[in-house]
Amino acid sequence: MNKTVIKCTAVHKNFPMYHYFRGGIKNLLLHFPAAVKSIRKKKFTVLKDISFEVSVGETIGVIGKNGAGKSTILGLLAGVLKPSSGQVTVVGRIAPLLELGAGFHPELSGRENILLNGILLGMLKREVEEKRDAIIEFSELEEFIDQPIRTYSSGMLARLGFSVAVHCDPDILLVDEVLAVGDQDFQEKCIEKMRIFKQEQKTIVFVSHNRDEILKVCDRVIWIDQGIVYREGPVDQVINEYIEY
Amino acid sequence: MNRPVQYLFDLTLVLTRKEIQVRYKNNVLGYLWSVLQPLSFALVYFIAFKIFMRVQMENYTLYLLTGMFPWQWFANSVNEASGTFISNAPIIKKINFPRNLLVAANIIKDAIHFILCIPVIMLFCFIYDSPISITWLYGIPILLVLQTVMIYGLSLLISTLNLFFRDLERIVTILVTFLFFLTPIVYNYEMVPEKYRQLLALNPMAFLMTSWRSLFLSGQMDWKAILITLVWSVILYGLGQMIYKKLVWRFAEVL
Repeated sequence: MNKTVIKCTAVHKNFPMYHYFRGGIKNLLLHFPAAVKSIRKKKFTVLKDISFEVSVGETIGVIGKNGAGKSTILGLLAGVLKPSSGQVTVVGRIAPLLELGAGFHPELSGRENILLNGILLGMLKREVEEKRDAIIEFSELEEFIDQPIRTYSSGMLARLGFSVAVHCDPDILLVDEVLAVGDQDFQEKCIEKMRIFKQEQKTIVFVSHNRDEILKVCDRVIWIDQGIVYREGPVDQVINEYIEY
Repeated sequence: MNRPVQYLFDLTLVLTRKEIQVRYKNNVLGYLWSVLQPLSFALVYFIAFKIFMRVQMENYTLYLLTGMFPWQWFANSVNEASGTFISNAPIIKKINFPRNLLVAANIIKDAIHFILCIPVIMLFCFIYDSPISITWLYGIPILLVLQTVMIYGLSLLISTLNLFFRDLERIVTILVTFLFFLTPIVYNYEMVPEKYRQLLALNPMAFLMTSWRSLFLSGQMDWKAILITLVWSVILYGLGQMIYKKLVWRFAEVL
């Protein structure tokens, strides 16, 4: 049963500094040789050497300082970024839990956005329509569901986003510190849902700064620092070290 | 349909519908804008060129109108293209889905608007006593497909490159205006001095516009012009796809 669903092997990720490009064509032309050189040479390394594995059904927490590269890891897992070297293998359908309202259009109603977001997360139209009622119910936004979501508070957006993501039945759920904005009740509901996910043998990668949340849901924690896996191990052990650090 | 195909279909459908819905929310006149915009441009050119400059062309009003509709479709799509990926940054950074469908959705939306404008063109033909030919039945779909493919390639190219050189947006706006005056829209092909006519083939829109014209005004398919347009459509489509394929994996890095 210990099938590996996520495997990162010696992953290195650097971003070119798009310094000259960012300045637009004028800068590029004025400093053309320098620009080409800078693109080739100036790299900003985020991840140096990351290797880890996640087995099916596991909930893994990723911790580290701001800018340590946690979101980059999620980007690599979601397949929107490519590693500069090394390998990332993901088996199964992956659903990222989006940050506040990303993938939503402010002018559309909650109902319309459920369809849009569900499809973007990989569901078919028919599947979203079948699950729409369950999604609305889970979000507890029945009263507002036909209002344009620009009128929603950030907590309401988080509710809607989480509801869509968990209903699209992914094999792997990526959660990037988005729960913080929901109210206490909803946060607990989400944690509960994640527990159910675990029982269903689904894999969760959970990025958070909230110690309690990590303790509640994660089995294992990976601590990223300076572009490497600084510590890896059972949740209570690593978390305590992290707090002291 | 198997799942991947069905998925691409659903995604395109929902994205297109989103574009259309968003465009008309908070918009009192809605669909009428698709008609009003080309009409108002036609009116202004009519005042400038027919009334003030007294261009000697018969049926100038209808001539302008049949040109403005396809042109505005092209101009709107291409101008919007710069922002397609940028405005969808949050989802591009998080979700791995075929990004080119964002461009496709925009193009389909504009193509639908153009199709909805065809009855208006017919109405004007009727008012100005110009016959509506049976060739429209196959002529319009052919030109429609050619223009859609051309705009898609061009938009994909612009929206991709604009992520890496943000100045492109400004350049495109200027080039579209240049192209307008270098395309037989307010003047006709025969007015271009002969030594420059060959050069018009370098303008992808020039022969597409003359094709629309001969179809709408005389019910004829100008196959030579259509062939040139076909070549341009294929080139621009290929170029757009190639650049997009090459750069797509960097989108999340630069947004």
